[in-house]
Amino acid sequence: MATPDEKKIKADKRLREIMTEYYIEAKTPKEQTGKKIAWITSGGPVEPLHAMDVIPIYPENYGAMCGAAKMSTELCEKAEEMGYSSDLCSYARGDIASAAVNGGPIGGLPEPDMLICCNNICGTVLKWYQVLARYFDVPLFVLDTPVCHTGYEKETDIYVRHQIGEYVAFLEAVCGRSFDYDRMDEVGTLSVKAQKLWQKVLDTTVNKPAPMTCFDAFFHLAMIVTLRGTQTAVDYYELLLEEMNDRICKGISKVEPERYRLIWDNLPVWYKMRWFSDKFGAHNAGFVADTYTSGWCGTLPYLDENDFLGSMAESYTRIFLNTGIDHMADNIVKMVEKYDADGVVFHSNRSCKPYSFGQYDIQRIVGEKTGTPCLMIEADMCDERKFSETQVETRIDAFIEML
Amino acid sequence: MITAGIDIGSTTAKGAILKDGHIEAVTVMSTGYDPKGAAETVFQTLLEKAGLDRKDLEAVVSTGYGRKNVGFAGRSVTEITCHAAGARLLSPTAATIVDIGGQDSKVIVLDSTGKVADFTMNDKCAAGTGRFLEVMASALQIDLASLAEFSARADATVAISSVCTVFAESEVISLISKGEKRENIIAGIHAAIGSRIVSMAGRVKARPPYIMTGGVALNRGVVRVLEERFQSDVTVPELAQVNGAVGAALIAADRNG
Repeated sequence: MATPDEKKIKADKRLREIMTEYYIEAKTPKEQTGKKIAWITSGGPVEPLHAMDVIPIYPENYGAMCGAAKMSTELCEKAEEMGYSSDLCSYARGDIASAAVNGGPIGGLPEPDMLICCNNICGTVLKWYQVLARYFDVPLFVLDTPVCHTGYEKETDIYVRHQIGEYVAFLEAVCGRSFDYDRMDEVGTLSVKAQKLWQKVLDTTVNKPAPMTCFDAFFHLAMIVTLRGTQTAVDYYELLLEEMNDRICKGISKVEPERYRLIWDNLPVWYKMRWFSDKFGAHNAGFVADTYTSGWCGTLPYLDENDFLGSMAESYTRIFLNTGIDHMADNIVKMVEKYDADGVVFHSNRSCKPYSFGQYDIQRIVGEKTGTPCLMIEADMCDERKFSETQVETRIDAFIEML
Repeated sequence: MITAGIDIGSTTAKGAILKDGHIEAVTVMSTGYDPKGAAETVFQTLLEKAGLDRKDLEAVVSTGYGRKNVGFAGRSVTEITCHAAGARLLSPTAATIVDIGGQDSKVIVLDSTGKVADFTMNDKCAAGTGRFLEVMASALQIDLASLAEFSARADATVAISSVCTVFAESEVISLISKGEKRENIIAGIHAAIGSRIVSMAGRVKARPPYIMTGGVALNRGVVRVLEERFQSDVTVPELAQVNGAVGAALIAADRNG
């Protein structure tokens, strides 16, 4: 049995340091850094921003921070007071309210000079970013990525590639200088490197017992979301991968003994991460994989290192959330096989419609194809008012009894 | 072997004592505000009914929402697993259990050996539960136990469109003010519960034979609606309300369970 200290992932500390530095730089007055700030959606193409030395800020990453700090519900209530519906995504509500009152653990995000919105993750971001554009009175770039139910059409590629060109022109106009294509190549190479490393980190949980759970992955995800395309992210994931391999050698896992191996679908319930981890852990059940964190390396096959900018069209369009139900179900079926999972837990997330809509069908398909028991849990990623602990607890206990 | 099962639900606390697979005593009482006290009282009542002493019992399993509040139980098991176990004794041929209690409703599908194959529960909303019926009975100023009798006299079913208990209550109040017959409103309330259960049942591929357990099984009106919607008989075991407690006592007797 590993001691509690041995069970801790050492790289956690480094991640906190990097994220702190990242936010400190972002909140430093622009006159000192000389850098512009762009707010960008979580699935948006960040690499051109790094190529132009623009600091990318992710309201969704901050939404997760607010959720984990249990500060989201209050912000959601504030947004509702401002007139936004309680059915709206809790990241959107939290972000809009946070912009108005400088809320959350770091007292609000630094003001943007531009907004980059890619609708490959959902349709909500479009209206959300339009609200932000009006509020901050800054230019907004929208990258429209049509849904790819199964394949990828030529017309789609032409359409999105054309917009990548417009994106470059937008950045040149806002930054007031020419786009640096050489720098873009370097950033592209670093992005691919980081994504490959992240996939390798996630693959380590194929090992029995898994050296980490998805609750760790949800945390370590921060870097691939915010800093992919930088050397910092590459260095960090090399460090993390090394530690995971070391844990495998030493047989260290988070859940001891690891009796059940599970897969998580949808975003985490940020304000209940510890609770879920403990709750399942008490039954010796560990989440060895999830559909969420792999979203930031799932389109690697479509990326061309030699033409990163051009291949961004396909890789950003074909992300998990922008595909059809059959493809999503197939992804989980493959995960069940790859990670040798005993069950799948679906988080039906009130906030995230594209992720949650279709989950009952996905659950049915996965059940039919793999025979793996599935559990549906109703919650919300940030709004605590949408979570009923006793009911969820009964479902979890009964699910484990069923396994 | 003598064992006990204690089922602390949100509205009622139930208990059962089994001796070598035979029911020795069962009891039902209101849970009230004190689940711990209710568990203790249920246990005492059971022992008195069965003429036993605590030391005669070899194992106690608790279940229900208050299952973690039963200090004298050796372990706790969810009501889903317990209802499946109870059905193995009370209705051995059952393939699907519809359990509607005070604050939740469940559809449990059993495999050929009587174990849980799949289950689904209502989301965090009281519509389609016993509490929904309590609220409606109160709005209509009739006794909960008379709902079935009233609905049997309905000549039409009024549609209750709201899926929320609170909104459904205002809907019912406005129907009363419009002069709708109470009988027809109640028939509509039962139909609304039926609709919710049928959609839950569809998700887990429920199949006959159906049985119904939990307090709401005592309402023939709801049972009738389910029979119509499932186009199949829905059997209510004689001890439907204590099915979970019986299951808990059976699990207590099974050391490997």
